[in-house]
Amino acid sequence: MLGRAASDLYWLSRYVERAENMARLIEVGYRIVLLPRAGEGFHQEWQSTLESAGCLAGYTARHGALDTTKVIDYMLFDTSNGSSIATCLAHARQNGRAQRTALTREMWESLNSAWLEFSAIKPGSVTSNSLPELLDWIRSRSALYRGSMLNTILRNDTYYFSQIGTFIERADSTSRILDVKYYHLLPSTEMVGSGADNHQWTSILRSVSAHRSYRWVFKDSYRPWKIAEYLILNRQMPRSLRSCYDELTVALNDLGSLYGQRHSCHATAEATRDLLMESEIKKIFQAGLHEFVQDCIGRNNQLGCEISQAYHFNG
Amino acid sequence: MAASFDEMNGRGDGLRAPYRAFAEWLGIQKIDTLALKTTEAEALFRRSGITFAVYGDEDTSERLIPFDILPRIIAAAEWRRLEAGIEQRVKALNAFMYDIYHRQEILKAGRIPEELIVQNDAFVPEMIGVDPPRGIYSHIIGIDIVRTGEDDFMVLEDNTRTPSGVSYMLENRETMLHLFPDLFSRNRVRPVENYADCLLKTLESVAPANLNSDPVIAVLTPGPFNSAYFEHSFLADQMGVELVEGHDLVVIDGELRMKTTEGLKRVDVLYRRVDDDFLDPLVFRPDSMLGIPGVFDAYRSGRVTIVNAPGAGIADDKAIYSYIPEIIEFYTGRSPILANVETYNCREDDDLKYVLEHLPELVVKEVHGSGGYGMLVGPASTKEQIEAFRAKLKANPSNYIAQPTLALSTCPTLCNGLVAPRHLDLRPFVLVGDQVRLVPGGLTRVALKQGSLVVNSSQGGGTKDTWVLQD
Repeated sequence: MLGRAASDLYWLSRYVERAENMARLIEVGYRIVLLPRAGEGFHQEWQSTLESAGCLAGYTARHGALDTTKVIDYMLFDTSNGSSIATCLAHARQNGRAQRTALTREMWESLNSAWLEFSAIKPGSVTSNSLPELLDWIRSRSALYRGSMLNTILRNDTYYFSQIGTFIERADSTSRILDVKYYHLLPSTEMVGSGADNHQWTSILRSVSAHRSYRWVFKDSYRPWKIAEYLILNRQMPRSLRSCYDELTVALNDLGSLYGQRHSCHATAEATRDLLMESEIKKIFQAGLHEFVQDCIGRNNQLGCEISQAYHFNG
Repeated sequence: MAASFDEMNGRGDGLRAPYRAFAEWLGIQKIDTLALKTTEAEALFRRSGITFAVYGDEDTSERLIPFDILPRIIAAAEWRRLEAGIEQRVKALNAFMYDIYHRQEILKAGRIPEELIVQNDAFVPEMIGVDPPRGIYSHIIGIDIVRTGEDDFMVLEDNTRTPSGVSYMLENRETMLHLFPDLFSRNRVRPVENYADCLLKTLESVAPANLNSDPVIAVLTPGPFNSAYFEHSFLADQMGVELVEGHDLVVIDGELRMKTTEGLKRVDVLYRRVDDDFLDPLVFRPDSMLGIPGVFDAYRSGRVTIVNAPGAGIADDKAIYSYIPEIIEFYTGRSPILANVETYNCREDDDLKYVLEHLPELVVKEVHGSGGYGMLVGPASTKEQIEAFRAKLKANPSNYIAQPTLALSTCPTLCNGLVAPRHLDLRPFVLVGDQVRLVPGGLTRVALKQGSLVVNSSQGGGTKDTWVLQD
């Protein structure tokens, strides 16, 4: 496979995953803003949402003060925002078109129709009533693309690079959500009995579609350290860092066997996976959640760079 | 201009045999249903991304070529004749190119004026003495054929460089099978789906000699912004080979290699869909960003095969066109099975005089033009347009050829809720390698405007599925 093709597939997956994560972040932010007692708190909510999405600086430069309509527009439609859903879908489709040969017909058609339909939406036409439906639609398109990929693609390098892109992006997204909202998770801020109705906490779980599965796993009300444990260390939770790294090491190892060659990225992924396997949440909090998550973000970026070098993404 | 021959109804003298089953079916269709099917076809094309770019049209960077759901049908016997004529023609064209890049017998014999070759921009002197595998220069040829009567098929143009449109032939059929399965049970239509297989076999058959492994094949595209990008990726996909751009390739130690995830890998056959000029900045245009420095040397030394060969454009040059009957006779010893359209070379005084006197009746084309640009269709032009063209023609006569305006055949076509006759042509795609391979079918292009004779997609033409019936 061409190095450029591998790079396009990797980024295609990242953009699809990013679009889905953006949709989820907007949804959560909007829910909170709608709460009757949100009041002035909406500033803080949008700020942390934009920060989690990695586009606070861009928003501030463009619009200045936080405003619900502008934030939503910036995250959904603004093509000057490198992570807006419009940008993600356009890039994903562009990469897909460049690698049309590597995609199955189902993958291409789900990607192309998502882009065509989204491009037909007029930004001004989205109302607070239609927003949830639109966000649902975006998530369903991402699911359709990924489902098509999993159901139709050959298990060769095309598949491995697609998987790697998805899980690098997902690990990055989960880490950022944790990092931005980490202060809400600090046990010191927890007040006895207030756990169950803390919207900030549920919002973290909602951001990764895990507010219901949490209950199934812990059979307990929301506890800060358990939320953190769930998102970082739980191997069953499909958006946890541990899960992402399980998938990453599998994909990288399969790729290594296919090509008969291992690179530094293999060791890097395994080291992070081992760290996530062996860590305990208590110790993580003792050493500092923020520091731990920052370390994970750094490792994840490092892994991305090593993969792009090992497989000649730039020729 | 006499009334046109209609593919379905002849000259009003009754339904033609190949259309019998189809006409019966058409007779019981509701026009609304057909309109609905057209919309459905468009949605299918758009979803699968079969779009093309129109140069100079910024708003619609990706457009669909209009697709007409009523097929064009060719009888088995008609196809046999076309097949024989096409095979004869492509063999002669390749023999001609081998000759003019080697001993130039045809020039020595005085059958073609020498300056027409050596002073021609399409002649690539760097190719002199180069021996391409099997002596083939043009492996993939699109022959544009027009019809003016029951037995009157004529070749309007040969496309020996990088002909495009074959993906439409294949996708049009897929779409028709999807929309009208019952039509195919009423008609015995020969399949075209093995085209990619034939293409792959053709490419493999011209790989450099003495390879110690299976030949590695790649399709070279200028990139996603090229108007035919869909076709490039479509063909690479159908053959299961890499689709590469210039910057994915590099020449090292005289070998062409592509940059893969596992490092550099040798390429043996390059099916290029970029023009000669952009192929190798060291030999052709130095400012080309699309090409690969050094690839021409690798080709010349036989380390990689370039398909079609550089310099293959000499065979489809419009100034050479009028000599093709001579070329066929010279190399095959037989008279052409398929006729040429009568052509006036404006570089010759007598012809120029005739053309200037008859401009309102003629079609005048630029020698190097394509895509329907820069041409004059006399009968469809205003006096002002004709006079403006006359000035251009006088200023540079050798840049033009002229042909009589042909009464192209028509075929029933769905236009604004009515079935009406529209003019069309036919481009079969022929492959030349260890043998000549021709898939039964081709791209039928149809002029959607009433009376229009310009079928080019860049000028608002559409396409139809092309059926070749079994005996």
